[in-house]
Amino acid sequence: MATIAQKRASARSLMEIRRHRAITRAISYAIGLSAFVIVALGYELFARYGGFSPKLVPGLGAIAQALVRLTANGVLLASAAATLYRLIAGFLLACVIGVSVGMLMGHYEWAEDTLLPLTTFFYPIPGLAYAPLFVMWFGLGDLPTIMLVGTSSCFVVIVNTWKGVKAVKPIWQRSARAMGATDRDLFLRVILPGSLPYILIGLRLGLANAWRILIAVEMVTSVQRGLGWMIFGAQTFLNTDVMLATIVVIGAIGLLLEKQVFQRVENYTVARWGMIAT
Amino acid sequence: MIGVVAVLAIWEAFARSGMFSTALTPPIESIAATMFDMIRDGSLLENTLATLARVFLGFAIAVAIAVPLGVLMGRYWVVERFFLPLISVLVPIPSLAWVPLLLLWCGIGDTATILVVIYAAAFPLLYNVWRGVTAVNPLWIRAARVMGANQWTLLRKVIVPGAMPYIITGARLGFGRAWIGVVGAELLASPRLGLGEVIFNAGEYLQSSVMFSAIIVIGALGVFFERCVFQAMETATVRKWGMSAGR
Repeated sequence: MATIAQKRASARSLMEIRRHRAITRAISYAIGLSAFVIVALGYELFARYGGFSPKLVPGLGAIAQALVRLTANGVLLASAAATLYRLIAGFLLACVIGVSVGMLMGHYEWAEDTLLPLTTFFYPIPGLAYAPLFVMWFGLGDLPTIMLVGTSSCFVVIVNTWKGVKAVKPIWQRSARAMGATDRDLFLRVILPGSLPYILIGLRLGLANAWRILIAVEMVTSVQRGLGWMIFGAQTFLNTDVMLATIVVIGAIGLLLEKQVFQRVENYTVARWGMIAT
Repeated sequence: MIGVVAVLAIWEAFARSGMFSTALTPPIESIAATMFDMIRDGSLLENTLATLARVFLGFAIAVAIAVPLGVLMGRYWVVERFFLPLISVLVPIPSLAWVPLLLLWCGIGDTATILVVIYAAAFPLLYNVWRGVTAVNPLWIRAARVMGANQWTLLRKVIVPGAMPYIITGARLGFGRAWIGVVGAELLASPRLGLGEVIFNAGEYLQSSVMFSAIIVIGALGVFFERCVFQAMETATVRKWGMSAGR
């Protein structure tokens, strides 16, 4: 690799540098793409010649067909819609609980002292461990699912909100007070915006958590329809192509959620206010 | 402490209030009694050990895969470019979504559970190791090279210690995910022994005290690992080397 001095000395033109960057980018795309091609090829070869029945290890064609079939008869759309509905409901629950408890904890010492030990105790417990308990309490279907998703993902939100409130610079609070801010002003204009970066991190993590828990919980709570239910149900009929097709859809939605939803919110609020590096 | 006592008191009042049958919301006394029984007849120990064994095995394999791969990804651009898209595609898929498929492919029992643990733990670990290795101060690497370090010494004395804060974060996250994976997989795969299996079985017989006991054990283990294992690792390495601002 040429050193900086050598690079400067060779006086590259802007065109050269741009071309070098474009080539590098093309190569990196090619390498990344080759990874997928190799995995896809490997899987296809294994599916065809690996000695397992095509029912058990479906080829890529079968998976694609399953995807098309499920979209065409509307099952995929209905399931995805149901799952997303539960996700939003559960996530909203987690937000409301998480942000309010976290703010209480950040602002009032007594809240922190009483609630922190509880939060640290419940935080590592997998949400799925409560699933049979919630089914016993709330029956089957949507309600236990939403409650479970909400209560399991609220802990991440609590912890991050709490940290965020504590991280609000005391000098901002003091200046606001000095300028005559009431409690409400202080909250709305200093603490809330000030803790937003942390809150957003908490929400993002909470959403990711909620997504993973939701899919798993749907398998246990026998919902009427949903993506987790589709995977679970497909097991009965050995429909591995449906399973894999659903997994693909789950991954795609997860990716979309992360990229489209939170990235945008972050860009619109926190990055715009210059609070974090973009 | 007050908080814990307060919550216990509220729970007790709620459980005894008769709003729900005690089968559903058992008072603390019956939870304690159940847990004592389970300890006494050895079933709690058996199941806990089974779950722990799976977590440790899966986590160890995940470390064996993720750490070398992460280091390679951090050091060599080509490796990074090759694996990163694959990883970004797999990350949003919850590890438990694979369980039914793995059950069909591997049958009921330990294999599926351990595979889920490996999958769950490997990604946070991989991501953090990679980030850590790329974040090692290049000055240190150049200094070591100038003093004649070969690749192996470089790895041992500069890169791994340099990436330690990230590696520990990755290990923490990975372990948490592994834990989630093992309980979830046990719930769905019904192996013979395991805490998740205890919870699932208890559900069939409406034995909520058993469920609570298992949940409490899971929580306690989680706190234990966080405090005693990871905290200790951090103190012994990162804090001692002065790499992180004290808490």
